[in-house]
This record gives sequence, C-alpha cells and structure tokens, in this order.
Amino acid sequence: MKILFFGSLREQLGTGELELPLPEGIANVEQLLDNLRHRDDHWQRALEGTVLCAVNQTMANEAAAVDDGDEVALFPPVTGG
Amino acid sequence: MISVSVQQEDFDTGEEYRQLQAENGRTGAIVLFTGLARDIADDPLAILQLEHYPGMTEASLRQTAEQADQRWPLMDIRIIHRVGELSPGDQIVLVAVSSTHRAAAFSACEFIMDILKTSAPFWKKEIHRDGRGHWVEAKASDQQRAQRWREASQEDT
Repeated sequence: MKILFFGSLREQLGTGELELPLPEGIANVEQLLDNLRHRDDHWQRALEGTVLCAVNQTMANEAAAVDDGDEVALFPPVTGG
Repeated sequence: MISVSVQQEDFDTGEEYRQLQAENGRTGAIVLFTGLARDIADDPLAILQLEHYPGMTEASLRQTAEQADQRWPLMDIRIIHRVGELSPGDQIVLVAVSSTHRAAAFSACEFIMDILKTSAPFWKKEIHRDGRGHWVEAKASDQQRAQRWREASQEDT
C-alpha cells in the first residue's frame, strides 16, 4: 500500500510517502495509525495530534477499511482558501 | 457549467468575470470572491507556501461545486486555487458564480468558500522575513461556518 503525508505531518516525519505491504492484522484506518505510532517515539509524537485521513483520495474516518492496493493519505486539518 | 483549476499562475478576475458574463444571455447576477495572501502587521510575512494533494484537491473542489449546483439554481461555477509560493497581497483563490438572480449567487459563492476552507486538501505555511516558518492552524470559526450549511441542509430535507 501507499501512504502519503502532507503539510506539517510530512515535515515532522521527514517523508511524504511510504510504500509498504499491508501490515498483518490491519484492516482499518485506526489500526493503521496505531501501527505507525508504534514505529518509534518520533512517529508517536508526530501522529498524536489531530490527523485526518483520505482513502483513495476520499475523506475517510478511522473506521474506514484499508487494503493492500489502497492509497492512504494522512494530514493535519486543512487550511486552504 | 462547472470549471475547477489548481494552478501556480495568477488569474485575471476581469477575464473570469467576462467569461461568466458572455456565457449566457439569461444571466442576471454574478458574484465573484477573491481571497488574498494577507500580511501580518506585527510579524511581516515574506512568503506564503501552499501545498496540496494533487488529484484529490481537484476532485474535492469539483464535488463542492456540484453540491452548490444541486442546492441553488446556478448557471456557471468557476473555482481557481493557487499553489506554490505566494507573496503578501497575492491572489490565492477565486470563486465565481452566476445565476438568474442575486440571492442564489450570493449564497452559493459563500457556501463554496466555507466548504472549501474546511474540506479541500490545501495546507499553508507562513515564512516570515527573519526566516522563521510556521504552519497555519485550522480555525474553529471556519468549522462553524461550514457546519451552518450542513445544518441548513438537514432542515431542508
């Protein structure tokens, strides 16, 4: 799966994109976020604020399903306009 | 007709207005909003960086325009949003709406801006003259403005 990061989250993590196989036992956004937070303290801190999510470019909540072929984007609240 | 553009280049409000005016002889009202990169008096701004999520941004703006089109009797909807590096005073966003009468055009234009502010995937970073940079934070007042429309929509149904 592809995971994209934007805005301050991208900057904090030092990466805009991760390609990885769907981690075992992960079926939704909440579980994926939890998995990423457990990578290390740095990831934990970066992902502890409000994180919004889009699955395949559509806004999704934490219960939304994720699968191996999906593009999941994680980002802070938007500030356009 | 709905038209959406995400671009680095500046836009010409006069040209956009004339296109809506020329589109259809039945047009009775055009409302055109532009948002600018605002300087901050006590902490001068050098650059405003605008990041977005290519693909999703265009889809999100189009969806907002379609919602407006379903809600009010509109003729044309044009949304332009700039990305990249902007300077204080630069134009950031344009929303232009035409209709037969003013009420629909006023409401739809405001609706599109309020929804865009809280759902289109853009992020602003302010770079100050001394080199410090900080990400603009989302405002609760913007969420409230967007929520008003959602509540009004529920009352309609």
